[in-house]
Amino acid sequence: MSAAATRLSYRHRLPVRVMHWINVVCLFALLMSGLSIFNAHPALYWGKFSTFDKPALSLTAKPGHDGKLRGETQIGALRFDSTGVLGASVKMSGEIGARGFPMWATLPGYKSLAAGRRWHFFFAWLFVINGVCYWLWSWRSKHLSGDLAPTGADWRGMGRSIIEHMKFKHPTGSEALRYNILQKLAYLAVIAVFGPGIVLMGLAMSPHMDSVLGWLVDLVGGRQSARTWHFIIAFAFVAFIAIHVFMVLVSGPFNQIRSMITGRYAYHDDPPADPVPVTATDKEEGA
Amino acid sequence: MSKTDRRRFLEKLALASGAVLLGACDRLDQSPAVQTLLKSADAPTDKALHALTPEDALAQEFTEADLSPVFKANGSVNPKTPEYLALLRNNFADYRLQVRGLVRTPLSLSLPELRALPSRTQITRHDCVEGWSCIGKWTGTPLGPLLDRAGPLPRARYVVFRCADSLDGDENRYYESIYLREAHHPQSILAYDLNGAALDVPHGAPLRLRVERKLGYKQAKYLLAIELVESLAGIGQGNGGYWEDDQGYQWHGGI
Repeated sequence: MSAAATRLSYRHRLPVRVMHWINVVCLFALLMSGLSIFNAHPALYWGKFSTFDKPALSLTAKPGHDGKLRGETQIGALRFDSTGVLGASVKMSGEIGARGFPMWATLPGYKSLAAGRRWHFFFAWLFVINGVCYWLWSWRSKHLSGDLAPTGADWRGMGRSIIEHMKFKHPTGSEALRYNILQKLAYLAVIAVFGPGIVLMGLAMSPHMDSVLGWLVDLVGGRQSARTWHFIIAFAFVAFIAIHVFMVLVSGPFNQIRSMITGRYAYHDDPPADPVPVTATDKEEGA
Repeated sequence: MSKTDRRRFLEKLALASGAVLLGACDRLDQSPAVQTLLKSADAPTDKALHALTPEDALAQEFTEADLSPVFKANGSVNPKTPEYLALLRNNFADYRLQVRGLVRTPLSLSLPELRALPSRTQITRHDCVEGWSCIGKWTGTPLGPLLDRAGPLPRARYVVFRCADSLDGDENRYYESIYLREAHHPQSILAYDLNGAALDVPHGAPLRLRVERKLGYKQAKYLLAIELVESLAGIGQGNGGYWEDDQGYQWHGGI
């Protein structure tokens, strides 16, 4: 392969870039304020009401053998010591105290359900408005059908794409200007499942909204199940963000981040096409 | 720089930038301008909740099989105010509920009088603002018809509930409020029974509010008086409820 020329391509349109960064702020504020709210009752249940003696998950603090407070995480039948992070961690006073999630993970850092709720509901509005705008724009601008919808070729190349991802082999040619199948599926999961799902589970937790969303509450097994699903989807977002940021870091972070700020993405020219007309056999060999 | 030095430096840098970021978040949280901005979402939320649901849409109701084995009591569970202790001493025989404010005929009702009024029994879910839920069976008298007996004046817009308990242990008493139109919701009742027995002290004896489309802090316990008012401005700190004043909980209490 000859040394290919580097070109700048306009990869991300302005609305995508703006909505992406609004979403970054929303997700951080919602996640951290959500953990503040969770800390008011750091336990999850399945069902219509709270089975206080049998939570699905709980973060508790108990005095250890030395009299010092220990944090314990319980998930189903599993229990483990999580002092310093979950159940018991450093409080504003500087001492270890009972806290579901630690100060560095919550907004605000100090313990306040009311303040956590104020942050949460403000950014929930912004998240929903931004999400609806994104959906409408993606549909109208054909971002959805043109860039995100998997094509037949995408599905057929799925196996190859998985292997390339596992080898950390990322396209640098014009192939890098379009989403690969795994990217498409990940983004579609976020915009079609995680986003609407977390909003609906949030609404299902509202006693007021339940007067019209009772069917949804029943569908997921009750209001406490809805709260647990809200929490699970939040951590699905965390998993997505971790993988998303990791992929940015391993596939040329400067180029990637620039493309989400200015829209411009640098790529190499594809190898020049063979001047001789390509025959069927050549094509097979070259493939 | 050796590898361990560099690692230690990077760790310190990460910790420091984390602390700066955290500090920045908490500084933002302390800023009055930011608080005003965050609170600006409360009025649209209240409007949206009412716009998205019919005014008389019922909260979910359940069956006896769904009752929580233990109904958790929260907030005030054992009031020590002199007026409450005096009522408790002879088991609420001297109890009177006052209905006053912007009404044509103020009322004063004893417990037997309240129990003689039409009643409604509902098995509903109590959702605490903290996140937990309990299902209980409440019996009480519908609030709307009771207020109609007193005859609200056209100016009346809000219903204020005055309680006998004090969470601060001082002169300050718990209070709550709702829109007058919400008092006419079929499930808005003044409850005197929980799970078929007279309310006990932890759950709000002798009378408490049930407004089933709202969170737990709106379900005022230990009711002494109901006041119809035009505005919430002159009451408490003006935010419509004890926790709304004290902590900044949303007045709508619907989510």
